Amino acid sequence: MNLVVLVKYVPEPQGIPTLGEDFLVVREGVEGALDPGDEYAVEAALQLVEAHGGDVALVSMGPEGAMAALRRGLSMGADRGVLVTDPVLRGADILVTARVLAAAVRRGDYDLVLAGVESTDGSTGTLPMTVAELLEIPSATFARKVEVIDGSLRAERQTEAGYDVVESPLPALATVTGSAAEPRYPTLKGIMQSKQKPVEQLSVADLGLSTEDMESSQQVASVKAATVKGPGEVIEAGDEAASRIADILADAKVI
Amino acid sequence: MAKVWVYAEVGPDGPHPASLELLTKARSIADTVEAVALGPGATQTAVALGDHGAQTVFASDDPVYAEYLAQPAAHALVGLIEEHRPNMVLFATTYDSRDVAGRVQARTGSTLMSNATDVLSLDRVQTQIFGGATVVDVELSGPDPKLVLVRPKSFPAEPAGGTADVVEVNAEIPEDRKRARRAERHEEAAAGPKLEEARVVIAGGRGLQDPANFAILEELASAIGSAAVGATRAVVDAGWVPYSYQVGQTGKTVKPDVYIAVGISGATQHLVGMKGSKRIVAINKDPDAPIFKLADLGVVGDALKVVPKLIEEIKARKP
Repeated sequence: MNLVVLVKYVPEPQGIPTLGEDFLVVREGVEGALDPGDEYAVEAALQLVEAHGGDVALVSMGPEGAMAALRRGLSMGADRGVLVTDPVLRGADILVTARVLAAAVRRGDYDLVLAGVESTDGSTGTLPMTVAELLEIPSATFARKVEVIDGSLRAERQTEAGYDVVESPLPALATVTGSAAEPRYPTLKGIMQSKQKPVEQLSVADLGLSTEDMESSQQVASVKAATVKGPGEVIEAGDEAASRIADILADAKVI
Repeated sequence: MAKVWVYAEVGPDGPHPASLELLTKARSIADTVEAVALGPGATQTAVALGDHGAQTVFASDDPVYAEYLAQPAAHALVGLIEEHRPNMVLFATTYDSRDVAGRVQARTGSTLMSNATDVLSLDRVQTQIFGGATVVDVELSGPDPKLVLVRPKSFPAEPAGGTADVVEVNAEIPEDRKRARRAERHEEAAAGPKLEEARVVIAGGRGLQDPANFAILEELASAIGSAAVGATRAVVDAGWVPYSYQVGQTGKTVKPDVYIAVGISGATQHLVGMKGSKRIVAINKDPDAPIFKLADLGVVGDALKVVPKLIEEIKARKP
């Protein structure tokens, strides 16, 4: 079974990213990493290959520094990587990114494409579906569990009320939540081996895409700080803490 | 003549509440406001959708839209867009609508804006980034319709007292778009008031240390009465509580009268789901937790000690 995992290199995943003067998130010259949300997808892919055999390819778009995210996935155990990097892609929106990723995925054989639910920095949560539509394949988003049974995808998809069991023929795409798989830490051996694994670096032209299709349709017009109410009072937990909280509940007339 | 559409998700209790909010907003930016509702019960939603400003509702009760994920709805919506040419389509940020919007974008080649918190005009929307600390206006370009996913509870739903014409949608869904099938549905709903409607929300995070400790939040909720229990993504992902508890970017947006954050540090993706709460109380061991910046009252200390005392205090105050 051939699996593809869409992965993203995100700046400062544990902190707050910085906006540059052009209002774009600063992605170069800052500490970055494989998006933690994507690690679940990589892990889910590795487990499927361990159960059914096959190959895991990572596909990413980003600056050259994004190679670090691919290396992380490869050291976890993925077999190979593809990085699309091109100056024309700076500030790419979802549609552009989806066109690039779909074109990169289409270059090889695949049975299942996995991705995180949404990126930690952009949080749009729509990219995998746009990729699925461009690839003309079905999808199950928001899966807390993915399995392949008798050549079909079976996913537990979280819903507002609980979860649905979704069944789909392959090829298909699924996005996974943090419940789907606990990411493994790369072993020293895995890190050493990752250095020998093939990573292809491609440009937009290599994918046969025209620069016309690479134009972003979203421009930031203005950025301002939100009006937030100032922080309130912070007290130490003591005898009065409970009664102070109860006062707030009473003030809101809920007790 | 500006034409704005609302993709109104159909649920078991009628249209998704956020679709009524979107219609209310659409009225202020367009002369022609129409809605699309697909799936069993769609025709019936036309009453509420019309009341909130939809002049026309394109509806189909075909079960295919409920049985198969995203593909049939996206296919039908693209067909309607090509026929009627709206300038903008608004979707509520829900899982099903997000999937449909993502697919529609691939077919129309038009822009798709996620996480909007306001729609300023036909080509300008507002969003909040970095957990709501920064407000960004974004200009949308490219072919119509502009596709916009709006966070629920971004605006109030106000009826306008209209009636919608219902136009039946008879889209032929090709077999190759009936693939990902909902084979089973499971409910894991919590007891008590719904999270989005409760006047008080008590939410727990990693700081509770053990799933068993969630019980004290349930106990606090029942002591208060009109309270629901929520959770952060971290503890949902860890399997402590079902996803229906999740508050935040990928979960529910809540705006209760009082929000009590217990053992929650305040990750950006959690804050966007609760920062609109009227009063915020946070209990956390770490005095530097970002949640304290948002809290009206912050209590630095062990939640496992504070919460039981609070339960006692509430019981003592109740007549």
